[in-house]
Amino acid sequence: MRHILAILLENEPGALSRIVGLFSQRAFNIESLTVAPTDDNSLSRITIATSGDDNVLEQIVKQVNKLVDVIKISELTDRKHVERELLLVKVSAMNDKSRTEVKRITDIFRGSIIDIGKQVYTVELTGNSEKLNAFIEALNNETEIIESARSGCVGMARGEKALRV
Amino acid sequence: MTTELFTGAEMVVKALSALKVKYIFGYPGGSVLDLYDAIFQQDEIEHILVRHEQAATHMADGYTRATGEVGVVLATSGPGATNCVTGIATAYMDSIPMVVLAGQVPTTLIGNDAFQETDIVGCTRPIIKHSFNCRDLADIPNVIAKAFYIANTGRPGPVVVELPKDLLIPQNKAPFSIETNVKMRSYNPNINGHPKQIRKAAKVITEAKKLVVYSGGGIVLADASELLTTLVETLDAPITNTLMGLGGISGTHENFIGMLGMHGSVEANKTMANADVILALGARFDDRVTNNVEKFCPNATIIHVDIDPTSISKTINAHIPVVGLVDIVMQQLLDELKAINYSPDKEALKEWWQQIHVWRDMSNVSYKQVKGEKIKPQRVVEAMYRITNGEAYVASDVGQHQMFAAQYYPFAKPRQWINSGGAGTMGFGLPAAMGAKLAFPDKHVICITGDGSIQMNIQELSTCMQYSLPVVIITLNNRSLGMVRQWQDMVYGGRHSSSYMESLPDFIKVAEAYGHIGIKIDTLDELDSKLEEAFSIKNKLVFVDVLVDEKEHVYPMHIRQGGIDDMWISKGIKA
Repeated sequence: MRHILAILLENEPGALSRIVGLFSQRAFNIESLTVAPTDDNSLSRITIATSGDDNVLEQIVKQVNKLVDVIKISELTDRKHVERELLLVKVSAMNDKSRTEVKRITDIFRGSIIDIGKQVYTVELTGNSEKLNAFIEALNNETEIIESARSGCVGMARGEKALRV
Repeated sequence: MTTELFTGAEMVVKALSALKVKYIFGYPGGSVLDLYDAIFQQDEIEHILVRHEQAATHMADGYTRATGEVGVVLATSGPGATNCVTGIATAYMDSIPMVVLAGQVPTTLIGNDAFQETDIVGCTRPIIKHSFNCRDLADIPNVIAKAFYIANTGRPGPVVVELPKDLLIPQNKAPFSIETNVKMRSYNPNINGHPKQIRKAAKVITEAKKLVVYSGGGIVLADASELLTTLVETLDAPITNTLMGLGGISGTHENFIGMLGMHGSVEANKTMANADVILALGARFDDRVTNNVEKFCPNATIIHVDIDPTSISKTINAHIPVVGLVDIVMQQLLDELKAINYSPDKEALKEWWQQIHVWRDMSNVSYKQVKGEKIKPQRVVEAMYRITNGEAYVASDVGQHQMFAAQYYPFAKPRQWINSGGAGTMGFGLPAAMGAKLAFPDKHVICITGDGSIQMNIQELSTCMQYSLPVVIITLNNRSLGMVRQWQDMVYGGRHSSSYMESLPDFIKVAEAYGHIGIKIDTLDELDSKLEEAFSIKNKLVFVDVLVDEKEHVYPMHIRQGGIDDMWISKGIKA
């Protein structure tokens, strides 16, 4: 089962390596990981998508929490939440047909074409991971994907609930 | 008025003084020469020069296990620091507080593969509680204060502090300030048990018919043995200790049923297997305790008290988890039991104890010493116990001798038994014994070891000479790696692959070469008298080389993949 964990930690050198190291040391899975400082520059926020049964998840949460740099950890997937991931994808746009199709699919998914080359379009799309998967599949049916980059997901609980110090 | 300025090296020493450090265990080298120069120019802290950095970590560790004070290690960058890795891992596995100060190349060279550069923070990341890269001279005192605080609170453990050379040199100075009352927003261990969980635990204990208390190293670390004894006597329950927990209650207490686990007593493992309630205190259901987790104590409701939430329900699901310091939680539990007017179910207890005594009788078949035959290793430990009145500090290496010591030397008090339980580090015994002897020069301190283990840090005989550390080394010499050989006998068809110690040195001559006394014992007749002689020599280190029966196995022993009470009690005989 897939879980998304949001982690608030000290923005210290080496803090990220402790998290990543913990996952590899204890054979926990990482599907994706994003990290950046928050509005408070002394804090970093890491979002990890992982998978495992309830016992594994319990250990992951406890082990992450035990790291001295970690201030808070929250599992987003056990409650109502929003999640988003960013995709940049460079596709072949050699002829009118493929250009039209890429534009059409991008519009349907509410993405945007953010760069064009002589024979390529670069498209940006945000959404949950499922939407991004569907978009990639749709593009694959119509043209050739040359390069793609996904940010890994970030998320937040819905409503008033907030993860902060 | 001008503020007084200090070099980083001076700050390290001042910070350690402020934290009341008495000893540093270490070895100098290029990146920490400024620090050694600062140590040279003061008298408050004594530096103990070992002969290998691994021994510095074990010696600090042994000192800590004997005293409860945080041990401090100092090593230079690169190989000096990497030599500490095994000792750090040893402390980590057994939750021993330790602060390791590791030199580093100047910040301008970090990442350049400079001479003696190793990323020690990276190397040790999985085996430390926390680590710090110092990058600013003025931070040094508070980083060290934090390192001590983290090492010694919550579940204790080792902390590494990396000190680049340019922070220590005389050219760079800054004002000194230290906050010893450390507060950290990201680190606040929960010390009190949740009252609701305490009430639940008390209720389950009240209803128990077959209660057992299972306590571990947490009791020793928390210096909570008096409280534990009170709790056990209040409940009149049987109590078993883990290897790490020995001495948590007196080994001769009438409620004590021995060590549990792979080489535990029959009655301890049977009692666990048949219990309806297990009260686990500062123990972590290690695989050397549980055997096959699928078959572990199927009928028991488990109350698990531990300071570390990750230890709870990691291997064995706890029905009533209680996170908190074990001494505080035991006091809470005693208060709650008093509040609900607890008194033990006398009828059920009587039946339970009768059953336990039947199991206890099954245990009394563990070894046979025949006159005229080779000395049994167990017999040596028994003699050692008798001669020292059970009051010695016993530091052990790893292998058969470790198990024999655990089984045949009932420890009266916590901190008497010093062994590498979690990591199982051969080479731990001698330096650990030295640390204990440094702390308690007037007590008997024994290093119980084997012909394999002792050779892993034998160079420390030289340190013993330099600092007058007259430990008594008792080598159960079976000319083999005994525990490896035992497994090869039992599991690998008797094929002794690389388990012989061929070309053993003459240990007596080795001891004498380092300036110590060597005593060889090879017959049973002379065992007691020669051991007595060894313990009567107070001011010299005595190396006792006892030739023991190489065919002896450690029993009882878990049958692999069985339940906790599936055991061999002697060759070919199941419990």
